[in-house]
Amino acid sequence: MALIPVALVVATVAFVLIHMAPGDPGSVIAGPDATPEDVQKLSQQLGLDRPLLVQLFGWYGRLLQGDLGRSIFLRKPVVEAILDRVEPTVLLTLSATFIAILIGVPSGVISARFHNSATDQAFMTLALLGISIPNFLLGLLFVLFFGVWLSWFPVAGYSPLEYGVAQTLRSLVLPSFALGLVQSALIARIARSSMLDVLREQFITTGRSKGLGERAVVYKHAFRNALVPTVTVIGISFAVLISGAVVVETVFNIPGLGRLIVSAVLRRDYPVIQGVVLCIAGVYMLVNLLVDLSYLAIDPRVRYQ
Amino acid sequence: MLRVFVRRKIVAVGTVLVLITVAIGLVAPLIAVDPMRMDVAKRLTRPGAAYWFGTDDLGRDVFARVVYGARLSIMVGVAVVAFSFFFGMTAGLSAGYFRRLDNPIMRVMDGLMAFPAIILAIALMASLGPSVTNVIVAIGVVYSPRVARVVRGSVLVIRETAYVEAARALGLTNVWIILRHVVPNCLSPVIVQGSFVFAAAVLTEAALSFLGVGVPPYVPSWGNILSEGRLYLQQAPWLVLYPGAAIMLTIFGLNLLGDGVRDLLDPRLRGAADQPKNT
Repeated sequence: MALIPVALVVATVAFVLIHMAPGDPGSVIAGPDATPEDVQKLSQQLGLDRPLLVQLFGWYGRLLQGDLGRSIFLRKPVVEAILDRVEPTVLLTLSATFIAILIGVPSGVISARFHNSATDQAFMTLALLGISIPNFLLGLLFVLFFGVWLSWFPVAGYSPLEYGVAQTLRSLVLPSFALGLVQSALIARIARSSMLDVLREQFITTGRSKGLGERAVVYKHAFRNALVPTVTVIGISFAVLISGAVVVETVFNIPGLGRLIVSAVLRRDYPVIQGVVLCIAGVYMLVNLLVDLSYLAIDPRVRYQ
Repeated sequence: MLRVFVRRKIVAVGTVLVLITVAIGLVAPLIAVDPMRMDVAKRLTRPGAAYWFGTDDLGRDVFARVVYGARLSIMVGVAVVAFSFFFGMTAGLSAGYFRRLDNPIMRVMDGLMAFPAIILAIALMASLGPSVTNVIVAIGVVYSPRVARVVRGSVLVIRETAYVEAARALGLTNVWIILRHVVPNCLSPVIVQGSFVFAAAVLTEAALSFLGVGVPPYVPSWGNILSEGRLYLQQAPWLVLYPGAAIMLTIFGLNLLGDGVRDLLDPRLRGAADQPKNT
């Protein structure tokens, strides 16, 4: 329920975006080469000549029906354009999240268990280096090393699922690592600091004093309690990764939502921009909601009434 | 003790890295040639004595472009921090101090934060059009709500303190109380936020320009150089390697500095960093 006001603001922001552009939105959409008649026709067609508030409420109404308008350039409904491009982005985000968790959580926990040791220092320096590399740069370096110099993986492109899962996965290896490694660094840092916080709690001391082995203390008692902040950051990561995917797709020429919105920006295809932005913001909000709900399952202290 | 020393050293490394970037940006015209000058006969020249970092597809000096890129990154970083501090603090102070404004202001901020940063920045660039100023505005709008949220959080606590109550009892005006008593006390978390906003601004500018929706293509920016370099990865890897190293070192420096400043200003975390093993 708390999502409704936020969703309303999100929809309004997406609406304002197009009306914020300097000049008349009709001529902005039509482009610099359009004649005044073209502009007028387009304005009428899109209802841009009506009062702003009427347009805003019309926009809400259409959104509720799942209508995002029509792409000016692609000449098809925006929803269709998005559905055409959603597969690679979703797969890339999922595989990157998988990699980020698989590398990030264990390295954070190990770092915390051997706090201040050489292992810890090494992991944390690596993690700090990791969060300092933009994902698209890491992607470019991967293409250079593994694609161009070693020729282990395709340098670019995407093979859709219908041509076989193996091919798809192969085309996603480099982009997923480029995206996931950077995020694993962030997850490792959070996992480590929340583990360290928990390891300082009294029940850990109790556990140790009643003779539990170090393994049982760390992995059984501390880990579950340290999961709460970690899950929050994994949720945020997923959201960050969707937007990261948008950038990494350009590096690898993957025809996903990222390519769609960037080419829409270059063609000033505003309905598509609005649609993709709303779609990604929607997923982002849903993920955050799921993260909140997941505390129920994880944290023994949290019980929603 | 060792740990404290190591941390200080790390902060020092961060500070040095950031200062180097700033210095290079400041003296760019003295150490590099014109980053726009084209010499098509020398296009895609390997790095060597004449061109330290090689040349790009239009025969422009990559060293000059990377150096001027540092200038642009620093400028964007500083401007975005100023922009987001101004709007973020105004919104955060109003929301935290005046109860009536809290709900409306923070709902708008939540709405803006419901967009992933880069997506909102791309959308804003779409309606603003490509220019350096617009990049600053777009990234500034993206990060203002994050500053606002931090400020509001500390204002809510400060508002209830005895000294603010005393100031009110003395009949001081709200504006005076906010500027004189509230602002100075909520600065330290904001300063910590500042170094991270700076790093994020540099990264976001590079990403936007890399995608071709940031600063115009002729402007020497690290993102722009990478964007061109992507097309010549095989023939001219230096187009990616040098600006890439510049971005990494700068962001690494900013992150070290940010971590250091945070530990310095937050006594609780400072204690945590100094804790000996297994306590």
